[in-house]
Amino acid sequence: MLKTFGAFVLFLRGMVVRTERFSVLWNRTIDEAILIGVDSIVIVSIVSAFIGAVTCVQIAYNLTNPLIPQSTIGYMVREMTILELAPTITSIVLAGKVGSSIAGGLGTMRITEQVSALEVMGINSTSYLVLPRILAALLMFPLLVILAMLLSILGGYLAGTLTGVMTAQDYIEGIRTDFIPYNIVFALIKAVVFAFLVSGISAFKGYYTTGGALEVGAASTGAVTNSIIAILIADFALAALLL
Amino acid sequence: MIEVSNIEKSFDGNPVLKGISCVFETGKCNLLLGGSGTGKSVLLQCIVGLMKPDIGSITFDGTVYTNSKIDIRQEIRRKIGMLFQGSALFDSMTVAQNVEFPLQMLTPEMSPEERRERVEFCLKRVGLENAGNKMPAEISGGMKKRVGIARAIAPQCTYLFCDEPNSGLDPATSIKIDNLIHEITHEYNITTVIVTHDMNSVIEIGEHIIFLHQGKKLWDGTKDEILNATVPELRDFIFSSSLVRAAKRVDEETEGGMAAFAEESESGGGI
Repeated sequence: MLKTFGAFVLFLRGMVVRTERFSVLWNRTIDEAILIGVDSIVIVSIVSAFIGAVTCVQIAYNLTNPLIPQSTIGYMVREMTILELAPTITSIVLAGKVGSSIAGGLGTMRITEQVSALEVMGINSTSYLVLPRILAALLMFPLLVILAMLLSILGGYLAGTLTGVMTAQDYIEGIRTDFIPYNIVFALIKAVVFAFLVSGISAFKGYYTTGGALEVGAASTGAVTNSIIAILIADFALAALLL
Repeated sequence: MIEVSNIEKSFDGNPVLKGISCVFETGKCNLLLGGSGTGKSVLLQCIVGLMKPDIGSITFDGTVYTNSKIDIRQEIRRKIGMLFQGSALFDSMTVAQNVEFPLQMLTPEMSPEERRERVEFCLKRVGLENAGNKMPAEISGGMKKRVGIARAIAPQCTYLFCDEPNSGLDPATSIKIDNLIHEITHEYNITTVIVTHDMNSVIEIGEHIIFLHQGKKLWDGTKDEILNATVPELRDFIFSSSLVRAAKRVDEETEGGMAAFAEESESGGGI
């Protein structure tokens, strides 16, 4: 465990020593941002909209006390979405989609000697292949989390009003009650940390793949499971430290 | 010229290379010959810097490569072109983009127009001028090897390394690839090192052959000398093929027929 962590630190260090030219890094980061960010918009939108909708309906189902105002449903949807559901669930979804893609892609490049080809050319393969992926993740995860927040709250609104469990006025009043801007900052900090964990762990697992196609599959699976565990541990640590 | 001096390499205490010293001459096709598991590819990876030898030194034209500063290693690496066993083309790029890639990365001073001209030249040189827009998945194994050669020579390399260039190819395509490597070596006067266990390659382009057995260098010489070598391990290796046994028999019966056979193959006749 300690040995793996040490190898991970050295891996990250190798990435920032002897980096490639800025123009190369920039172009690669933009390419990766499209793959990580733009190509994930649909899945993040679907998941977050439905999570918001389900959260709204289930809170409404549990809040049967006539003394509690209906606007509380909107308030709770907002708080749950911003503090937990949008950053954590989005990152877990992205760990599955982006993490497996990073590990699989790098693993395939490793076993087909494409990584060796870069090294023989005198190119720092971790800087060329891994750094842009991590930078792109750090850039795109917060944007996707912001999108998830908006769509989740919108999903709650649509579910609440279309099913008739509450009025639009109550929901809007709820989501505007006692708003704490720091919660958004907290969610974005979580998104950045989760982005680093997902992209870093997945790249590490993929980059050091040895063997054949079976091992590439195992590396992808390992990347996803390790990323999710790391997200959950970091989620608790950040909540304990920053809230 | 590449000088390898007393290279040793072990994996988990198992020695794979046991004090190998040899010289790879400029302007020649230098063959690293040996059976599977004799350490040919490990030696090649030590030479190009993909592995670090435990002991020994490697010198490229007088510049020590092993244990030298990263800048010196980078400088030498940028003069190296390598053809991998599986070609190692970048899947996400077209054939032309694969050939252009080292130019983009290593020669930023080149204009896009100059790069395009160089790519066209290299693809034409390997006979693939019409395949530039194809993806690696759309071309045959032989074409992939040729793209690999074009990519290796694009930045005007001084040293060309080929790891089993004939693996997975039919005999006719193998001969074409061998001849292409031979022509390029002489055309650009580069130092070429080829890892192989293919006797056809030995007879086709073996200008300087180094035979490895169980991690040791047992013999070196030319293709004309190899059939008369007295090293038992080398003889076992060479004459394990019935084709070569038959050729040797003809050689003995016709007193020198094998030399004519090699000459014929050198002039393009093949086996």
